[in-house]
Amino acid sequence: MASTDLSTTRMPPAAAIDAEEAARIRAARREKIGRWLMPLAIMCLALFLWHMICVANEIPPYILPRPWLVMTTLWQDAGILLPALLVTLKITVLSLALAVTGGVGLAILFTQSRWVEMSLFPFAIILQVTPIVAIFPLINIYVDNQTAKLLLCAWIVAFFPILSNTTLGLNSVDRNLLDYFRLNGATRWQTLRHLRLPAAMPYFLGGLKIAGGLALIGAVVAEFVAGAAGQESGLASRIIEAGYRLKIPRLFAALLLISLTGILIFVSLSVISHLILRRWHESAIERDR
Amino acid sequence: MTASLAPQLVLRNIGKSFASGTVALEDVQLSVRQGDFLSLLGPSGCGKSTALRIIAGLSSPTSGHLEWPGGELARGEIGFVFQEPTLLPWASVFDNVWMPLRLRGVSRAEAAGEIGEALERVHLTGFEKAVPRELSGGMKMRVSVARALITRPKMLLLDEPFAALDEITRFRLNADILDLWHERGFTAIFVTHSVFESVFLSNRVAVMAARPGRIFREMAVDAPYPRTDAFRTSSDYAEICREVSHTLARAMGDESMGEEAGARGVFNIGVH
Repeated sequence: MASTDLSTTRMPPAAAIDAEEAARIRAARREKIGRWLMPLAIMCLALFLWHMICVANEIPPYILPRPWLVMTTLWQDAGILLPALLVTLKITVLSLALAVTGGVGLAILFTQSRWVEMSLFPFAIILQVTPIVAIFPLINIYVDNQTAKLLLCAWIVAFFPILSNTTLGLNSVDRNLLDYFRLNGATRWQTLRHLRLPAAMPYFLGGLKIAGGLALIGAVVAEFVAGAAGQESGLASRIIEAGYRLKIPRLFAALLLISLTGILIFVSLSVISHLILRRWHESAIERDR
Repeated sequence: MTASLAPQLVLRNIGKSFASGTVALEDVQLSVRQGDFLSLLGPSGCGKSTALRIIAGLSSPTSGHLEWPGGELARGEIGFVFQEPTLLPWASVFDNVWMPLRLRGVSRAEAAGEIGEALERVHLTGFEKAVPRELSGGMKMRVSVARALITRPKMLLLDEPFAALDEITRFRLNADILDLWHERGFTAIFVTHSVFESVFLSNRVAVMAARPGRIFREMAVDAPYPRTDAFRTSSDYAEICREVSHTLARAMGDESMGEEAGARGVFNIGVH
């Protein structure tokens, strides 16, 4: 019997949805909005509190600048900060590229021979666990070129998660699939290209996401230790410089730029990862429960 | 399709023990004729999968050897269907079936006709672009079968391929496998722990016993092909199943070991 109350006219008659399912849809919709709205609201609240604290205690800008002053400084000092951002970004991207090449290359080498893995892996771990700040004075002595110094530092910090994740991935291939490739007379190269590398992809992408952030940290930390170097100075040099000159608003602005860069790197790598895995990997699949 | 009398493969005194001390197989004698549909039937741990791996060349026997009177089959002339579908999860159905040919240097375009035909044979036309996770368990298994047959193997080894499927799906896949066997004329060696499945499919059943794994008895299934759903409900079928069940019970009672495994055995072979 056709009834004409509101609930049935809103819903297409074929898709009768029970109360539980409807509640789930509402919760999902709320969550979708909340995911953006909540952090945004908290952020606004924090900025407002920050502003209020500065006003109430009459804190001078060279101790703690008000949020709005940081924003205007970012705009006014863009001529100084943006070139510095480009320098830092260049080091970050280059070192990440090198970390990918080196990490994946070494991981492939490791899976080709247990012996190579057993011999070299401990060194990779040593490189990873020794704080880069402690190694840096040595690098400073041995390497002349400023860019090369920074690259080396950022690379050391970024490459390990890629190496260890990719190695794990290359070794996590379904044993039956390996047998199946053997049965079909696949060469080592074919097994690598058609089986091991695709199977390692989710692991590699996980490592890449970590490495992206670490490359930025590596680039900034290295510059901190290396100190400013004339026209080729990045954001870290600007921060040190602003600290010395008590230009605290600029310091905050530079800090903000670094954070934004880190977020940008993370978001882009997450998007790339999702696009590659969305069709087949469990981590990227949404389903009815 | 009837089996010729000439043996294609003979297992001579095959034994396999592992470093852990497990004796998986002991003194296995078995002769497989060209065109046979042979089932290896036995409880878990009787070494039937190990035997299959040795035949496939994935594992080498500790003692004994394989004889190929008509010439040894090359890699690719033996197809293998695993217990799990064992597909590449990132690759489409088409690419999964293409892979064995791809590994032999056949291009996508060259392989397309053959792949289309193979997918049609397993009723998967239209699913070329789907990835495995979008398919049901039965469909994944069909892809696996299509992939195994794409190289036109002379022998097909199946390692409990339908054990994880529901009964209705399993019946359909059984019928499909028989059709393909008739059509292509390959020799099939089918590992299973289901009496009913082995009797329905095969012309010969080798009943195995465990600890150590060995052939307990070989039995011929004297029922004509083609075997249809009518055969499944016939009294002949019930009679043969009863006989094979009894043999399996004796094979399992024969092992002087734990009550638990014995009890499980009785449960396994219950005839209804």
